[in-house]
Amino acid sequence: MADVALITGASRGIGRYLVGRLLDDGYIVVGCSRKPPEDPPESDRYHHHLVDVTDEMAVRKLFSTIRRGHGGLDVLINNAGIAAMNHAMLTPLAQARRVVDVNLIATFLFAREAAKLMKKRRRGRIVNFATVATPLKLEGEAIYAASKGGVVTLTHVLAREFAPFGITVNAVGPTPVDTDLIRSVPADKIDALLERQAIRRMGTLADVGNVVDFYLRAESDFVTGQVLYLGGV
Amino acid sequence: MADRNQIISAVYAAVDEFTESEGVALDKRLDQRLFGKEGALDSLGVVNLIVAVEEAIEDEMDVMITLADERAMSQKRSPFRSIETLVDYIAVLVDEAGG
Repeated sequence: MADVALITGASRGIGRYLVGRLLDDGYIVVGCSRKPPEDPPESDRYHHHLVDVTDEMAVRKLFSTIRRGHGGLDVLINNAGIAAMNHAMLTPLAQARRVVDVNLIATFLFAREAAKLMKKRRRGRIVNFATVATPLKLEGEAIYAASKGGVVTLTHVLAREFAPFGITVNAVGPTPVDTDLIRSVPADKIDALLERQAIRRMGTLADVGNVVDFYLRAESDFVTGQVLYLGGV
Repeated sequence: MADRNQIISAVYAAVDEFTESEGVALDKRLDQRLFGKEGALDSLGVVNLIVAVEEAIEDEMDVMITLADERAMSQKRSPFRSIETLVDYIAVLVDEAGG
């Protein structure tokens, strides 16, 4: 029986890329997003669900469907995220709350529900998404960087709480990757950010996939509570 | 009104699963103490049992409940003290969920 992976924010960007990558690796992949994928994978091992990741009841139903349909869950990729790139004084509170809800609270909600399924098999892998914006303390991204800072702390603490169940919890912190998330960021801001990396180039989808692969490897069962920032940040 | 016998049956099914997976023997009787004073479970044991009970209620009664909700966690007297208090609390949640 193939391992089962759940990927949030699977309709596009990094999430959509990881769907393809995990399908290639033989996983049964369950993806979720608010909107249907623009380019759905052609595989009978792929199942897509339309879910708002901040809706607790909808998320619980998704996990119930996975439990009943696949018998359990092996991997959670907590990829769904939104950005808010405004000066703090120009950031509406509703937007700030939404960023925290999607980036931090939903990451917690999915990890909580995933751990309930994973603990039965005494193994599991949870991969969260951090960002270099947190350690770089990027101006203009206060609430985004703070929400992801919360994800870092969540990763550290959940790693300890879930370790007795054989579940590892790690995070990858990408540099800017050419996806919709950063499309509205001015080029000079991106250039300034790249200047602060040890390796001064944009990240690629494959760079992120490589870190995810490492966390998912069977041999990585002694690796938990780690946050790996790309680009030498 | 929730069917109390159906709830007890689901809780006992979860106790069976818990006993098998955790190797901690729990008696299937209403006055079996669970958590707190003279409780048979440590905090991880409670986590495991609660998750098993939520699944059993969903499977046997087709109702999705969250046992560790804000009310349960803030009550002075925890609903997780014994199987009986757990069953009582589940009955309230099932009623509220329209089950």
